[in-house]
Amino acid sequence: MGKLARGVAVVGAGVSRFGAFKEKTSRDLFVESFQDMVNSVDKGFDPGEIEALYLGNFSSDLFEGQGHTAPIMAEWAGIIPAAATRLEDACASGGVALRQGILAVASGAYDLVLVGGVEKMNNLPTEKVTDTLAAASDTLYEASAGFTFPGLYAAIATAYMARYGITPEYFMRVGIKNHNNGKLNPKAQFQTTIRDLLEGRKAKLAAQGKPVPDWQDELDFLRDDSANPVVAWPMRLFDCSPITDGAACLLLVSEEMATRFTDRPVYIIGSGQASDYPLHTRSDLTSLGSARLAARQAYEMAGVTPRDIKVAEVHDCFTVAEVVATEDLGFFAPGEGARAAAEGRTARSGDRPINTSGGLKAKGHPVGASGVAQAVEVFLQLRGEAGARQVPGANLGLTHNVGATGGTCTVHIYERR
Amino acid sequence: MFTRDAFVGWLQEKKLMGARCGKCGQVYLPPRPYCPSCRSSEMEWHELSGRGEVAAFTAVHVAPTFMEKQGFGRGKPYATAVVRLQEGPGISARLVGVDAARPEEIKVGTQVEVDFLEVEAEGGKQVDLAFRPAT
Ligand SMILES: [Zn+2]
Repeated sequence: MGKLARGVAVVGAGVSRFGAFKEKTSRDLFVESFQDMVNSVDKGFDPGEIEALYLGNFSSDLFEGQGHTAPIMAEWAGIIPAAATRLEDACASGGVALRQGILAVASGAYDLVLVGGVEKMNNLPTEKVTDTLAAASDTLYEASAGFTFPGLYAAIATAYMARYGITPEYFMRVGIKNHNNGKLNPKAQFQTTIRDLLEGRKAKLAAQGKPVPDWQDELDFLRDDSANPVVAWPMRLFDCSPITDGAACLLLVSEEMATRFTDRPVYIIGSGQASDYPLHTRSDLTSLGSARLAARQAYEMAGVTPRDIKVAEVHDCFTVAEVVATEDLGFFAPGEGARAAAEGRTARSGDRPINTSGGLKAKGHPVGASGVAQAVEVFLQLRGEAGARQVPGANLGLTHNVGATGGTCTVHIYERR
Repeated sequence: MFTRDAFVGWLQEKKLMGARCGKCGQVYLPPRPYCPSCRSSEMEWHELSGRGEVAAFTAVHVAPTFMEKQGFGRGKPYATAVVRLQEGPGISARLVGVDAARPEEIKVGTQVEVDFLEVEAEGGKQVDLAFRPAT
């Protein structure tokens, strides 16, 4: 274990607009991201050359009543008869699809692979979405105890707060930061800062002739039950990633072929994946064992250390998850992640920029697409194409994609040479 | 048979039953038919003390549909927890005898004991696993 038999490069990357789109189905979203990917390939190529599709998708079955999704996406993208395979590992479906695509190219089985992710979540009412997401936990022994998906991360938050003596405000700062980034991402579901939302709410109440709360700052707004209701304490609405429709695509090729497609390939130099128990069987609830192991595998394969990473997209399905991720990835010592976020170290201007895309929180979280969309952001950052949210000089990036509460985690490391 | 049905059956009799590996002695809650620790399937039923501590918890305000049917949700949260039992294993279960509307007063590390919660569910009354602060 630990080495790829041959090098793999990303030569194209695309993402659909993320949001809630009544009229769009999975296939419409997928085609949108596919076209965006095709347009990103500098020297052009014939999509008919694609040999295989690895598709991350959590639950088109429950969300849309559609199983056997991979060949349908392949058909609508126009790449039949490429071998189309769907991967399901909850919210890590996209990261797992990426890893399978990498292994397929590295093995020599294929030279040209499409990695995709798609989820269409807004067909169902919120309660049904809550039930569907709860199916990613242990339905017999977690969901049955009344644990919702936000509830499980809320439990991690209470363990973290008790161990390190912090308050929910630390988590709120992660949400504020990710909304600041999302504002600069034209594909994001929420292109608004928490400050924008606060001012907007004040203006709306004033226009309605209602009393206007005296919110002093973003934290003041986020502490207010009426503005930011509790979902599962201590996680509130603005600690939770939204329900999102969206898709993402990456074009992977063998390293020796890369310059046929672009003079600026992004090389995948590290890949790791591991599994873990449900929460109640773990000895430590303030860290994800699968993330620590996947990270170690990826760092060892890449021959780099956490200090070398310039940009990282981590799995902030809930604000507490980002804090824990930054510790599991070795960016901060255990217990320091919350304080680092509060000090602005994970902002774009900080020494450790995290989730420049807006993260799952502001960019949106179409479950099976998220792991692929994270890689799209790193691709853009490493090529200097991230626009207003560009981190100067980013040459080494990382993605961290978690399934449920860490039952699955994948970590990937990317390099621009 | 060390199945979910058997575990739930014991709960209806207000017993917290796990499985103990006859070969290596490891105790499992919920019960299971195969010991991943020593790879044996010589399991036997083992009643747990029901005493432990809260390792983590939450107060759920946006409830799943089956809890909404029990009257919970917005304005009426319920608490649920990861409980670490004295015998070692942990389990997820409802946390009662606490004020779910004041979660800041619930503490990780609280000593708890098992409680058997009688609830109205589809198909009549049933007993669910819960814990409450120890007396
Ligand atoms: Zn054993």
